Amino acid sequence: MAMRKLALMLVGGTLLFADGPVKVGFVYVSPIGDAGYTYQHDLGRKQMEAALKGKVVTQIVENVEEGADAERVIRNLATDGCKMIFTTSFGYMNPTAKVAEGFPNVDFFHATGYKSSKNMATYNGRFYEGRYLNGVIAGKMTKSHIAGFVGAFPIPEVMMAIDAFTQGMRSVDPKAEVHVVWVNSWFDPAKEREATMSLISQGADMITQHTDSTVVVQTVEEQHKAGKNVWSFSYNSDMSKYGPTSQLSGDITDWSGYYTKTVENVLAGKGIGPNTWDGLKEGMIKLAPFNAAVPKDVRTYVDKVMANMKSGKVNAFQGPVVAQDGTVKVPAGKVMSDADLGGLNYYVQGVVGTVPKG
Amino acid sequence: MGIELLTSIVFATVMAGTPLIIAGLGELVTEKAGVLNLGVEGMMSVGAVAAFAVAHATQNYFLAVLAGMGAGMAISLLFAVAALTLMANQVACGLALSIFGVGLAAFIGKPLESMSLVAGKPVALPLLSRIPLLGPGLFQQQLLVYFSWVLLAAVAWFLYRSKPGLVLRAVGEAPVSAHAIGYKVMRIRYQAVLFGGAMAGIAGAFLSVFYTPLWVEGMVAGKGWIAIALVVFATWRPLRVLVGAYLFGGCMIAQMFVQASGVQLNVPAQWLSALPYLATILVLVLISHNRSTIRLNSPASLGQPFLPDV
Repeated sequence: MAMRKLALMLVGGTLLFADGPVKVGFVYVSPIGDAGYTYQHDLGRKQMEAALKGKVVTQIVENVEEGADAERVIRNLATDGCKMIFTTSFGYMNPTAKVAEGFPNVDFFHATGYKSSKNMATYNGRFYEGRYLNGVIAGKMTKSHIAGFVGAFPIPEVMMAIDAFTQGMRSVDPKAEVHVVWVNSWFDPAKEREATMSLISQGADMITQHTDSTVVVQTVEEQHKAGKNVWSFSYNSDMSKYGPTSQLSGDITDWSGYYTKTVENVLAGKGIGPNTWDGLKEGMIKLAPFNAAVPKDVRTYVDKVMANMKSGKVNAFQGPVVAQDGTVKVPAGKVMSDADLGGLNYYVQGVVGTVPKG
Repeated sequence: MGIELLTSIVFATVMAGTPLIIAGLGELVTEKAGVLNLGVEGMMSVGAVAAFAVAHATQNYFLAVLAGMGAGMAISLLFAVAALTLMANQVACGLALSIFGVGLAAFIGKPLESMSLVAGKPVALPLLSRIPLLGPGLFQQQLLVYFSWVLLAAVAWFLYRSKPGLVLRAVGEAPVSAHAIGYKVMRIRYQAVLFGGAMAGIAGAFLSVFYTPLWVEGMVAGKGWIAIALVVFATWRPLRVLVGAYLFGGCMIAQMFVQASGVQLNVPAQWLSALPYLATILVLVLISHNRSTIRLNSPASLGQPFLPDV
């Protein structure tokens, strides 16, 4: 182990002096796998490397736990000669900030957090925009007027997803309800499956999730094949290979544009750029391909809404946004501010149940 | 709606409890022979990945379960050699087996991660499955669910009604005496460990082939540890393992159904996920609180290496 480390450091050292490709490091929170959050980051990394062929080489460390171990991994990448390091999970924020202080000549990019500095920028996706569109499809296609949502933890990112989905669904089906089951885990296939089954048994026919496995889509596929009228929406990745007949669409994150542009800018000496929160307009958020079961008029309608979201005419959180208890959070004619979105901790009207206390 | 809901809750509870029963009963027999194998999580992981691989390649679920069982036994043999023959510390060996098994399964399972399976078809028992209310939930289940009930009866009969079971318990209580009378302590302990491995392997197979059904790294997600805890809190009594497993599964399922129904729940999220653990421990501690029975049931030589004085 120590020998390998030494060898890596030597390689890094020579790269620093040679005029070869620049090393870019990536830290992933889970194994890459075949679908999901980390998989999308890795897809973006590969496309960036291909686009900047010869100018960069990338180095990845996968399955890095958030916390103390992350700091060691990030520090290693920096001492190994990486000039840019992307840390792709919220829990890497403090470790990244700490290492960034010690390496002023290395540029750091942290996903989904809020701390930045001279050599540390943040980047994130407006995942909720895709959720809104999924909600519109769900509202158009539901028969029971009930949707089910499998949530990991009640943090703002997941709350945004639930609320945006509900807003989208009720924009076309005002009597729609969204039921939420919290599994209190990012990744527990058995629990995610049970949550899905319990939602289906409550009459939900549109199911989506904010967890990291593909189980929800698979479970819906199995129930669909068994004759139940249930459909799913994927998250992060297109999971249609797990739900070929029952995944209606999904909310996909494409990081490649951001990675390519950012690395290019740094190589050209243009600096690390501003903190980024991109959505449909910039192409960071995309809609998964429609299932054959989605009728033409629904597709046209959704495409129109998407175009309006890109041009800014429609916003997932445009007023009136009414909380579950009836208080108006955003008056008509206004849209929710980014700061309010970042701290979102309540259900909008249409979501059934109470937010579990953090 | 009401009856249908109850049926799905019962069905889901039984499904959730089954891997815990199978793995738990295996561990119970191992511990009754005086061996503490903490590697259940690892053995289940290896069983799960082996079964999934075979199910995917052959579509034969019977072979898949056999493969899971074989894989669980194979890896438990490593433990047996280290902890029994070489007399290494059982706790340390068990922990190592858990870590090793989870890692090995992840390594083997890498190419299987994107694959999916058609879940095994449930088998309805004639007549029984038509009992109103409970019938469809209890008797339209996977074959392995029925297996877990048969296993319970078999383990209970074996331990308390058969001579080999008596010998096994003797080995767990007083290995030196058993050895003095002429019983092969080592061989019996090896068999007990292998049985535990086989059952953990089948429990893993149930998870990956019938329950989820898919393979992803880390999918056992702590169920091996829960199975071990169940054995202790059930004070080494087979029937209580079953009660605990269903209680645990039932609490987990019930809290999800309550959430899905949209009932107002004004409790922190952490309480909800802790509920099954708390309820199970509480109930098992209450029904097993008698100290003398605990002492009677707990194998006296649990975790201690046996050195035959030849």
